[in-house]
Amino acid sequence: MTRRFRQRFETVIERALFACAALSVFVTLGIIGVLLFETIGFFREVAVTEFLFGTTWTPLFFNKRFGVLPLVAGTVLVSAIAMAVALPAGLLSAVYLSEYASPGTRRAVKPVLEVLAGVPTVVYGYFALLFVTPLLQSFLPQLAGFNALSPGIVMGIMILPLVSSLSEDALHSVPSGLREASYALGATKAQTSLTVVLPAALSGISAAAILAVSRAVGETMIVAIAAGQQPRLTANPLVPVETMTAFIVQVSLGDTPTGTIEYRTIFAVGMLLFLGTFGLNLFSTWLRGRYREVYR
Amino acid sequence: MEMPRSATRTRRLSDKALAFAGLFVLGLALLALAVLLVDVFLDGAGRVSWQFLVGYPSRRAADAGLLPALVGSLYLILLTIAIALPVGVGAAIYLEEYSTQGRVARFIELNISNLAAVPSIIYGLLGLGLFVRALAMGQSLLAGACTLALLLLPIVILSTREALRAVPVSLREGSYALGATRWQTIWNQVLPVAAPGILTGVILAVSRAIGETAPLITIGALTYVPFVPDSIWSPFTVLPIQIFNWVSRPQSAFLVNAAGGILVLLVLLLSLNAAAILLRDRYRSQRM
Repeated sequence: MTRRFRQRFETVIERALFACAALSVFVTLGIIGVLLFETIGFFREVAVTEFLFGTTWTPLFFNKRFGVLPLVAGTVLVSAIAMAVALPAGLLSAVYLSEYASPGTRRAVKPVLEVLAGVPTVVYGYFALLFVTPLLQSFLPQLAGFNALSPGIVMGIMILPLVSSLSEDALHSVPSGLREASYALGATKAQTSLTVVLPAALSGISAAAILAVSRAVGETMIVAIAAGQQPRLTANPLVPVETMTAFIVQVSLGDTPTGTIEYRTIFAVGMLLFLGTFGLNLFSTWLRGRYREVYR
Repeated sequence: MEMPRSATRTRRLSDKALAFAGLFVLGLALLALAVLLVDVFLDGAGRVSWQFLVGYPSRRAADAGLLPALVGSLYLILLTIAIALPVGVGAAIYLEEYSTQGRVARFIELNISNLAAVPSIIYGLLGLGLFVRALAMGQSLLAGACTLALLLLPIVILSTREALRAVPVSLREGSYALGATRWQTIWNQVLPVAAPGILTGVILAVSRAIGETAPLITIGALTYVPFVPDSIWSPFTVLPIQIFNWVSRPQSAFLVNAAGGILVLLVLLLSLNAAAILLRDRYRSQRM
């Protein structure tokens, strides 16, 4: 090969590889473009204020109302239940794995947690509907067959590995000098873990928590199967609710032709979901960057 | 300073309590996993048979099988990997081997880590708007594969970068010293060494894709497909959608089918994960 050919070949390769990397930016632009295009069409027919502040959601009925708040309430309710399970459990297990467990235990437990994170969500949905709900009904007889509680709990179990592994990373990166100083002052392991290591890792842990919230908000199949599909503005976890994601699934299963208002509605809801999770993800990335800087 | 004995005991107790609480929570999580597996097994084991694997869906639960879903899942995954692998590895090579830590590279990196956290159903909406409608692919295997490929891209890129980072710098320097160009070095030296690591990451991405349901429902994959797809333009269904379809029916006989389908899905997933772990171990022992 001549030198000139080689150089030209190298340039072509480099450009092609750059195109691959740049594709990710186009994916983001594509998401925003598609959502924006259909959302603008949606807001030509529905007032923004009705969408954001309306309290009735019946876009599939003859008498259509487009107040998205019931869907938001359902999403917030299920996510809050999931976080009430995943946060304390994830943090405790992270503290245990990072500060107490022997390397052997850690090696044995981590792959099992990975399996827990790798179970398809449709399987978790089945589990929520056919195992957890009947189990809860045995001591909560007023619990409906579809409800927010059991998908929330199961979603918490699904998210636990994420919280645990990210929090453990944050705890692990706290320099051992801090721990040693605490021991030197006579503190016990529990005191050191809870009052020195945990606060020092707080921004990393918050980043994990926020990412977990974003995951819960975007989770789809568990709620589509076990939460029922009745949009209602309630904080009661015992009755059926509908989340933003479950609504998108509900409409997608029907046969909605392009260009109808029902078709555009899922993009408007998707836009809201995207903006919400996008904001959470950015915040989480920013927080994680902060704790890395402190201990460099 | 002397401490009263009772205070020492309280301190020790609090220490033990925290360790116990951590262990207890971990035990509960593992118990949940065990209960889930046992529950699905008890519900569905009786339903899994040869006839169930090679049968077509039916309105009668006892006759229904999941051949179209099984074949659909396999075709979809192969097609998805054929799209996601070259692009993902290419992007990872650029970011790891070429890019200087400039603004553009940092922006791309931030973008990729953000994409990794975008809910999968949003990718479904992207696929519906872009592939199914704008590019007129229809509700085909190809549209599904393109959608899933975009979903997997961040995972493939991140794991490939890990694999590339693990290749020792001395290998590259040796290759440059012999007069090889950058691409020759990457193609002949770096990629072969990183290959098992990349493959492990790809298998993990595949096991994620096999379980994905929401984006495929969104682009309009069918829930009732009584035939095996015969080209990339065919309508299709996949295992998770077939399971979802059976779970959502009121007749309890279909719930048994759902449990049987879940068992097949989990066996598929576990064998993939086992393959990834085996590969990783072989790769490690070779390098020692």
